[in-house]
Amino acid sequence: MSTQPGTGPATGPETGPGADPAARAGYPDHPPRVGFFTDTSVCIGCKACEVACKTWNAVPEDGISLSGMSYDNTVSLNASTWRHVAFIEQIGRPGEADAGLPGVEITPAVDGGSARWLMSSDVCKHCTEAACLDVCPTGALMRTEFGTVVVQDDICNGCGYCVTACPFGVIARRESDGGAHKCTLCYDRIGDGLTPACAQACPTESIQFGPLDELRERAAGRVSELHESGVTQARLYGEDPSDGVGGMGAFFLLLDQPEVYGLPPDPVVTTRDLPRIWRHVATAGAALAVGALAACVRGGRGRS
Amino acid sequence: MAEAHPVGFQWVMEAKKRGATVIHVDPRFSRTSAVADLHVPIRAGADIAFVGGLINYVLTHEKYFRDYVVAYTNAPTILTEDFADTEDLDGVFSGLNTEHRIYDFETWRYQGREVRPASGQRGVGPDQLRQIRKAARGEAHGSGGAQAHPEPDTDETLQHPRCVFQVLKRHFARYTPEVVAQVAGVPEELFAQVCRHITENSGRDRTTAFVYSLGWTQHTVGVQYIRTAAILQALLGNMGRPGGGILALRGHASIQGSTDIPTLFDLLPGYLPMPHAHQHDDLDSYVASEKTQNGFWANTRNYMVSLLKAYYGDAAQPGNDFCYDYLPRLTGSHSTYETVMGQIKGECKGYFLFGQNPAVGSANARVQREGLSNLDWLVVRDLVMIESATWWKNGPEIETGEMRTEDIGTEVFFLPAAAHTEKDGSFTNTQRMLQWHHTAVEPAGDARSDLWFTYHLGRRIRERLASSGDEMDRPVQDLTWDYPVHGSQDEPSAEAVLAEVNGWDAEGQPLSTFNDLKDDGSTTCGCWIYCGVRADGVNQADRRKPGREQSWVAPEWGWAWPANRRVLYNRASADPDGKPWSERKALVWWDEEQGRWTGHDVPDFIATRPPSYRPPPGATGTDAISGTDAFIMQADGKAWLFAPAGLVDGPLPTHYEPQESPVSNPLYGQQHNPVRELISYRGSRYQPSGREPGSNVYPYVTTTYRLTEHHTAGGMSRFLPYLAELQPAMFCEVSPELAAERGLEHAGWATIITARSAIEARVLVTERMMPLRIGGRTLHQIGLPWHWGANGLTTGDAANELSHLSLDPNVHIQEVKAMACDIRPGRRPRGPALRELVRAYQQRAGITADTGTEV
Repeated sequence: MSTQPGTGPATGPETGPGADPAARAGYPDHPPRVGFFTDTSVCIGCKACEVACKTWNAVPEDGISLSGMSYDNTVSLNASTWRHVAFIEQIGRPGEADAGLPGVEITPAVDGGSARWLMSSDVCKHCTEAACLDVCPTGALMRTEFGTVVVQDDICNGCGYCVTACPFGVIARRESDGGAHKCTLCYDRIGDGLTPACAQACPTESIQFGPLDELRERAAGRVSELHESGVTQARLYGEDPSDGVGGMGAFFLLLDQPEVYGLPPDPVVTTRDLPRIWRHVATAGAALAVGALAACVRGGRGRS
Repeated sequence: MAEAHPVGFQWVMEAKKRGATVIHVDPRFSRTSAVADLHVPIRAGADIAFVGGLINYVLTHEKYFRDYVVAYTNAPTILTEDFADTEDLDGVFSGLNTEHRIYDFETWRYQGREVRPASGQRGVGPDQLRQIRKAARGEAHGSGGAQAHPEPDTDETLQHPRCVFQVLKRHFARYTPEVVAQVAGVPEELFAQVCRHITENSGRDRTTAFVYSLGWTQHTVGVQYIRTAAILQALLGNMGRPGGGILALRGHASIQGSTDIPTLFDLLPGYLPMPHAHQHDDLDSYVASEKTQNGFWANTRNYMVSLLKAYYGDAAQPGNDFCYDYLPRLTGSHSTYETVMGQIKGECKGYFLFGQNPAVGSANARVQREGLSNLDWLVVRDLVMIESATWWKNGPEIETGEMRTEDIGTEVFFLPAAAHTEKDGSFTNTQRMLQWHHTAVEPAGDARSDLWFTYHLGRRIRERLASSGDEMDRPVQDLTWDYPVHGSQDEPSAEAVLAEVNGWDAEGQPLSTFNDLKDDGSTTCGCWIYCGVRADGVNQADRRKPGREQSWVAPEWGWAWPANRRVLYNRASADPDGKPWSERKALVWWDEEQGRWTGHDVPDFIATRPPSYRPPPGATGTDAISGTDAFIMQADGKAWLFAPAGLVDGPLPTHYEPQESPVSNPLYGQQHNPVRELISYRGSRYQPSGREPGSNVYPYVTTTYRLTEHHTAGGMSRFLPYLAELQPAMFCEVSPELAAERGLEHAGWATIITARSAIEARVLVTERMMPLRIGGRTLHQIGLPWHWGANGLTTGDAANELSHLSLDPNVHIQEVKAMACDIRPGRRPRGPALRELVRAYQQRAGITADTGTEV
């Protein structure tokens, strides 16, 4: 067991609506769990979140090269990118229309409703069941009293187990210092009652910060509102506590399938099957031990 | 707007959340289009056809707000028989002098009792008139209060064949949906949607706002673009009302402030015209020719004398014309482009650049650098080492061999500047609202604020000249230059400057309104429209009462000129009787019991003037403003559908093709704005257009623009790692169709060529760029961000290498939003081969010094 709250395997209820990661991590009296609701329907792709994040957290520049992926030159989340705005062009070319003028043809432009340029600011999901935290051998990854997951840089030994454990490919090791890095949900700001840098900088309130319960309620309302106004593709991603990671601390309103945004459609905490695996290992080990003991006994007998 | 003004765009998103329909009109599908309800792709340079089509729709379908139009616009005003429209003259207005390329606007006037001739231009020959015109008289009075016949004949039934309403109807009749499709490339069905949205959201209960940026201004007809919107908004009753108006998003922070207290050559603070050498010999002749008979410009003398008192203090006395003679005089256009030509000719020998990077950011960057290379000295004040400070060692001409560092004699002084976070001061935003900012951190090292630099430079010059007996030095000796300084760096007090701008009365008490300004020298005021910003000695611009703690107009956040009014001409939010047009859109109204105007906003009207007031015969000045003259700064109190004065290129907007266009003007025989300003020079040739031979050598339309991730000419973004990595390379945007036609590869390189130069850019092939079918042929448009240059963390060719020097004649702005070019795959040639490529194109197109210079 860990020597401080937050590190080591959780001990409380593992899944379900009652999941309380901070309590499980050993904070009996803790503030409400907080997180992000990223409403991509109002994202304007300004990337202020990326810049604010890097500025506040002193995250280094991550390469100055053109990706060719629309206006996305950040490409993905990694050790030196904790907010990443994806740009997905869905424009298309509708069929020809008659402009009504003899000799003058007009290629109809995009119909205002169907052409889309989707933008979405991705971030660490701060999972209810965080595989990165589960596999961390040093206790560098910890659960905070706010229910978020952070890396303690001075403890991380750079083993990289968390990198392969994350079902979203969020956490990564930085070449320059060898350590694993990711979004801290601005642990050093929220403890002082401040809003995380990205949400503070977002001009259109696409990134909203607050108690997770309130955000989930607000998000449900926003989806209904969009559905009523005819945006039937609107859906939530990661708000459901019964999903494969026990619900995400940072969840999203998307306007298309998650895969379109580069998000796994059905993420599962990679350590979900560990207890079962370990039980099998234990059973197998016990059987082996019994067998070995029997052999010893028999051998002993034989020898004696 | 989301692309270049993301922070301001939050309010558009807020409006959308409350049910507003957002329409985005842009050649490309941008980040704004992504969240708009409707994106309308348009041919760059065809907006007058598009908005003119809306005007025609409103007129032919009788969707205009009739009561508003009759009461508050000049629709009923009758014009003289002398006026001839573009409809009569195949694309030009009456009064065109083709030899001198100017309009004589005597024929554009109202019919009625002769009161006084138009602004002081009697007995002036065409040559001199052209010089005066070039001195940008159009900008004087904020283009609003120029001389107009104050007592014209009218027909309130709008039936008189020469009333403005009927003239307007005839003028815009040809801007049908078919023509909009043909000229602007906007499909009729989409155009019909726009018509429906705009008219359904205008009237008593609803208003529509227009927002524009440099995409509308940077044309040879830029001012007329905005005039077209002004006509539409006046017809729909969307001016002076909450949620209405035409909002100019400026190029960067406080550009509004830099026209109010101008960095422009042709204006003094508060839109007072800069005196002209041949027109304004003394204060009396200045006032006589610049003041209007009626309205607030009738008090021009009060504003001017108070300004001279602010400049020259006790030295300014009635006996010496308040030192009016100290002011510099205009002799023609001294705009940035004429200045550069002056540098090349050797007439202009020294240059200050304050946060400006012409080697990247001004049209025809090549000519800019030629000018810089011909100076004796250059002072660059900037945050970083911009290209305009280093062109002499790494400019494109060094690479091509056209310039050698050792031949460039310019002595360059680079002085690091403080950022806005490192100094006190104010920003004036597009709402005319001043917001104060405080020093957050002292500037590091040698960096100093512009205020520090200007004050201490002036102080040192004054010390040098203190004992001079030369009359020429008197203006400097007599300047009031006594701002208190503080801190270890002797930073002048910005608050003291604000106090001077606000002004004092004879007892030295801060003034609270420009109505108190006098012409006898007893008041001082550095900018009459800002008078009141320090009312009661309090910095009103520094107020930050949260919105939730005050009314929805939020009058206690910052301070808006004039008089803290948030909506100009808000008298128009009430009907002629002084009642709001509707409860939903109530803003100010006449309170009969109190006998004064009241409401949510500060009424933009004489507070106690009842709606029923009619001026007695012979009334002048503010006494001549009737109780229904909602547009109080206009000489006739009306919103101008037809502009009888103030514009040098026509009283009505008309579609002209850009200086360089692959398209022949589908509307008139006249291809271009006939009085556009041309600066033809061997380093800046123009291309053939339309049907002219050689036009097909440059078959594509290109438009320049900004990206969210970068700022203007790049000085504040290309040098920062967190921004450079977000847009790490100069690129061009092309459609898949154009990419296929020219063999351009996505993420590969392309070379873009005009008659000026060729640049290279990475290629983004995207369906967000849409080909248009215009006049039976496919027209491709190429998008070019203009942020890049040779220095910084991300470098690339500047789009302004390609642009020409053809300007809007009213305000001298360059046309960089619609040009013609060619594009081909691969990187551009290096060394002398670059110029050979450009010359080969010029030869193929048959370009001479005369090409593109026809009227």
